[in-house]
Amino acid sequence: MCQVSGVIKMALRELSSLERFLGLKKPNKYSSQGGKKVPVLQNNNGPALIGLVTIASHLVREAKRPELLGDSAERRAVVQQWLEYRVTRLDNCSKEEVKVILKDLNQYLEDKVYLAGNVFTLADILMYYGIHHIVVELAVQEKERYLNITRWFDHIQHYPGVRHHLPPVVVLRNRVYPSGHY
Amino acid sequence: MKLYIADGNPHCIKVLAALELTGGTCDTAVVSHEEKVVPHFTRPVSPALLLPDGQHLFSPNSICQYLFDISGQKATDATNQWLEWEATNLQPAVLQSLHMVALQGKHVEAAAVMKEPLNWLEQSLSKKNTPFLTAVSPVHHKHTHLCLCEEPAVLQSLHMVALQGKHVEAAAVMKEPLNWLEQSLSKKNTPFLTAAEDGEHVMTVEEIEEAAQIWSEGLKGSPAVTERKHPVLPQEGKRNVLLTSALPYVNNVPHLGNIIGCVLSADVFARYGRLRGWNLLFICGTDEYGTATENKAREEGLTPQEICDKYHAVHADIYQWFQIDFDFFGRTTTERQTEIAQDIFWRLHGRGFLLEDTVEQLRCESCQRFLADRFVEGECPHCRYPEARGDQCDKCGRLINAVELRNPQCKVCKETPVIRSSKHLFLNLPKLEDELEQWLDKSTGSGDWTANARHITHSWLRDGLKPRCITRDLRWGTPVPHEEYKEKVFYVWFDAPIGYLSITANYTDQWEKWWKNPQQVELYNFMAKDNVPFHSVVFPCSLLGAQDNYTLVNHLIATEYLNYEDTKFSKSRGVGVFGDMAKDTGIPSDVWRFYLLYLRPEGQDSAFSWSDMALKNNSELLNNLGNFINRAGMFVSKFFDGCVPEMLLNEDDNRLIAQVRWELKQYIQLLDKVRIRDALKCILNISRHGNQYIQVNEPWKKIKGGDGDRQRAGTVTGVSVNVACLLSVVLEPYMPSVSHTIRQQLQAPPTCVSAMLQNTGTFICTLPAGHCIGTVSPLFQKLENEQIEVLRKRFGGQQPEEESAKVKARVETKPSAGAAQDASVNVNADPERAKQLTALVAEQGNKVRGLKAQKAEQSVIDEAVETLLDLKKQLSLAEGKNPEPAAQKRKKK
Repeated sequence: MCQVSGVIKMALRELSSLERFLGLKKPNKYSSQGGKKVPVLQNNNGPALIGLVTIASHLVREAKRPELLGDSAERRAVVQQWLEYRVTRLDNCSKEEVKVILKDLNQYLEDKVYLAGNVFTLADILMYYGIHHIVVELAVQEKERYLNITRWFDHIQHYPGVRHHLPPVVVLRNRVYPSGHY
Repeated sequence: MKLYIADGNPHCIKVLAALELTGGTCDTAVVSHEEKVVPHFTRPVSPALLLPDGQHLFSPNSICQYLFDISGQKATDATNQWLEWEATNLQPAVLQSLHMVALQGKHVEAAAVMKEPLNWLEQSLSKKNTPFLTAVSPVHHKHTHLCLCEEPAVLQSLHMVALQGKHVEAAAVMKEPLNWLEQSLSKKNTPFLTAAEDGEHVMTVEEIEEAAQIWSEGLKGSPAVTERKHPVLPQEGKRNVLLTSALPYVNNVPHLGNIIGCVLSADVFARYGRLRGWNLLFICGTDEYGTATENKAREEGLTPQEICDKYHAVHADIYQWFQIDFDFFGRTTTERQTEIAQDIFWRLHGRGFLLEDTVEQLRCESCQRFLADRFVEGECPHCRYPEARGDQCDKCGRLINAVELRNPQCKVCKETPVIRSSKHLFLNLPKLEDELEQWLDKSTGSGDWTANARHITHSWLRDGLKPRCITRDLRWGTPVPHEEYKEKVFYVWFDAPIGYLSITANYTDQWEKWWKNPQQVELYNFMAKDNVPFHSVVFPCSLLGAQDNYTLVNHLIATEYLNYEDTKFSKSRGVGVFGDMAKDTGIPSDVWRFYLLYLRPEGQDSAFSWSDMALKNNSELLNNLGNFINRAGMFVSKFFDGCVPEMLLNEDDNRLIAQVRWELKQYIQLLDKVRIRDALKCILNISRHGNQYIQVNEPWKKIKGGDGDRQRAGTVTGVSVNVACLLSVVLEPYMPSVSHTIRQQLQAPPTCVSAMLQNTGTFICTLPAGHCIGTVSPLFQKLENEQIEVLRKRFGGQQPEEESAKVKARVETKPSAGAAQDASVNVNADPERAKQLTALVAEQGNKVRGLKAQKAEQSVIDEAVETLLDLKKQLSLAEGKNPEPAAQKRKKK
């Protein structure tokens, strides 16, 4: 039908990686819609679902892993917030905006292991997928500057079953943790 | 749990509404837009919710979701999907279209941007054949709605498209949550959503019946019109309103921006207040003391007093032409000013609120005076630029303390000034800070302060108050009565606001009944935003410190700036229309008032544009308002011998009456909150409804039909002419002359004005069957393109070419001072010469600045400066010899 653009290809790859991570047996059928190429999940037992976050949250519930959406009201809100952040701020952001996002995120992660605190959630997966293309491009010094992001990123890419379609990003530990930093 | 919200941020509506809906409670704090609440963000965000575990939620949708979650309503695929759509599609579109409307004025494009999301919403709604977005639970659909109706613009667009009949479903679905939102928000007194009420109001049956009922009661027992009797004084049992407009600085001819910023806005509100039956006193005057006056006097070869007399008259004249109905227009150079200022000074002194400090200043011995910052030039201590000014270096941009300049030079006599220390008095603001904050909390909490006034005040307090110098080494000012400071005068910022008091004192000996009576009096201050800190922080501190039960401001109304055709007004460049020139354009004062008020920079800057003025005149005044009123009147004259026919109201007529009544109520609600520009739109809506009504009912055809048709034509004509009468009433604050003319043409009873503006607004039949009207004639004239082009050129910074070329040639051939003064320019010539000279001075001034900017050789610059000074001298002579200085600039061919 119509040509599938790069953006939507990325989103669809993400969703199929997520399916594999969740261990969903039969792969779903996706299409896209609108000028912005939003992913659509054709659902047999209900109306089609539209939007990356909506579909991803749906898959998690389908796989009976609700803890990935947060196990308390607070955490659920925090997870949703970062999912929204991913699609509203991170996707299609300008070069200038990238710097602000990296700076903010780096500061946010200063005292956290994962985005929602101490537990791994869907927010980590989708933020990892979304920020991958930015982190790949970072120079060694920049990785050092955004130390907390780099640490978090490295952590997620090594989380079992997450990375799938994306190439690993090399993180040099001896350069990232220079002796003088302490 | 604590919620942080910022005033006027539409995202906060969602959150507040969700809180209300879920019945949750949490501490709410209002923060400014610049305040950082979420620590890890570079830019401030609002709203934000501090969770019990110390984390912050910064996304409004997530906050809503959380509030619903803890009240037991979990998210579903459907709510997730709508929220995601809202965040990724609707919000960006709304933002883009808001940007287009607000900053670029592109209404059509803005509507186009909204088309896709609106279509989508429409489709989804009609497909599901349900009035709600998700059919999960009654609370949940509201939840999603809230996120959708966050932006007034969305609603407006929805209303807009709905009116065109394409998106009926979308408009219908917004109705319920909207009504609900309006109700719950109005309870809380949150100023967010009012703009959303712009679109078509959908009437209920009861509303229509009630409107028809009230209408038919007519003008019985309405209160008689009370004449204004001077002096106006506070009265027991009345709403006593004291209204001031910022005092214009005397030596500038005010431009349109100044006029709309204070006097005109204040005038509309004053007129409105009087019509509402408030006991209101509106005062203003010229601010006359200060360095600028001294310099102007030196330039024009007059004494400061003469300068003040001359320009005070110029101001008074301009405001009179603009029909500014002051109760008193005074000035600050009066005996009473000295008395009151010195009294406040002694009280502050006696209570220990003044500090003494020594300040180092440059003094020119040959001119015998301390030099104000801009009257000294020298080498920049930072970058060595040779022509740095006393306050700032034009090259490196750094701020300079005048005494730091190397090789300083007095700009007047070129002598080298010396550093002298001089003792000054300071108002100890830090000592008054606590009391000030307490008062501010109360005043801003209960009064109408515009958002910019709140923000500016807040940021001043946040930065901390410092002592402020209240004395100056000048002569032209209110003398400091203290023995050790008898050579000094009060600094204008201390002195000028006291002008409000002294001007009132010049109006009536009983001025203290207004100014020392906070129990009975409500004080409104009107100004442009640059004046806010003096009215909200500094002057209140003076009055609080004086401890004399002064009336302090209750409502602070500040406008943003008005630009001129995408640039700034500039006297020196001759850009823009100044108060004294508006008259020469041939455009009536009322039309000027209308357009300036239509543009009133409420909430954001706006720009004056000639073509837009022509457009608004032709479309709104001529085709909408004027057309309706004229048609209504003409039908009465032509078809019914000038007497209002019998009216038998049917459903359609009642509906129109209800619509008009609703707009009238809006008008009153908005004006009560000083939303002057928004209320003007209500007037235009009324006549739009009226035009539609006439168009649909076609009385000009029906009058030729059978008895039934003729009866119908009579009813429609009668109702229309009564709407026209109401229009004359609501127009009065905006266009007083037109309003008057309409009532004269309709021979409307004088009591109709106060009767219809009572309470929340009562639309009644004031011209009953049998009432005879007078002669009807058109109210407005078309502004033609050619006419507007001529005006645009005239005020665009270039003078008509042949004219100025002529004078220039004469002057330039004889550049030396004596020769030029001799005969080449006849200084006694008509005022036109003065005008030409003004243009030349402006031009030469630009040239000098240009040369300086290019760092031309000193000798070249000196020569240019000399020519400039020369021209100025000629100009002042030309002006000075005119026996009627106030009139001179306004006369044009």
